[in-house]
Amino acid sequence: MKKEILAKLPYGKSFLFVDELLHVDENGVIGTYIYPENLPFYEGHFKDRPVTPAVILTETMAQIGLVCLGIYLLKDIDQNISIAMTSNAIDFLKPVYPSEQVTVTSEKVYFRFNKLSCKVKMENAAGEMICKGRISGMLISKGNG
Amino acid sequence: MVLVILTPALFFKNTPMNKEEIIEALKTIVEPYSEEVSALAHIDENTDFINDLKINSANLVDIVLDIEEKFNIEIDNDSMAKMLTVKATTEIIAQKLEANAG
Repeated sequence: MKKEILAKLPYGKSFLFVDELLHVDENGVIGTYIYPENLPFYEGHFKDRPVTPAVILTETMAQIGLVCLGIYLLKDIDQNISIAMTSNAIDFLKPVYPSEQVTVTSEKVYFRFNKLSCKVKMENAAGEMICKGRISGMLISKGNG
Repeated sequence: MVLVILTPALFFKNTPMNKEEIIEALKTIVEPYSEEVSALAHIDENTDFINDLKINSANLVDIVLDIEEKFNIEIDNDSMAKMLTVKATTEIIAQKLEANAG
């Protein structure tokens, strides 16, 4: 199932921030990603001092915590479904540098009327909290706009 | 001595809310999700959540969840799909409250 979820992710190589899913069930998901040091944004964020942008950390949490979980929750529906992030509120505590591995843990708060809302956190390899918050999205069937 | 405490649920059962009271409660629920100050100030039965209050579908879900909590009712998918105006929403809430009371 974990491999099937990764195969269903809609992202191209340049914007895929999921390496591996460690656990997934209907209440949540745990996954990891290593930020390769050749990612293009490190050249500009910042000049001579690469740090992973907060938007990329948020995107990573959304891809693992919301999209992977959404694909799992809809595994029995035989339809192409995409997920649009509709809101997030994240606190950032520590920076993430190139080549660091992060672990994202997501807990479902609710999944109703096609809206999935999750409590998500990201930790570094030392188990320190990097960022945490709440991310929500709407599941949209393809062809529906 | 026996103390009788009136819980909100008991209160609802004994005195069903009328339409105006439901709209008033709905207004309080909807307010945090809209920036349309003027439309909010003039909320009435004809107010449309999407066109008048510029609320998106994701926040409509939150409004419905808030309604469930506030009125202690459960909204199904079919009802949710109809809840696009104050009028339709008020009618659905009244129906569910009546079903609960009966």
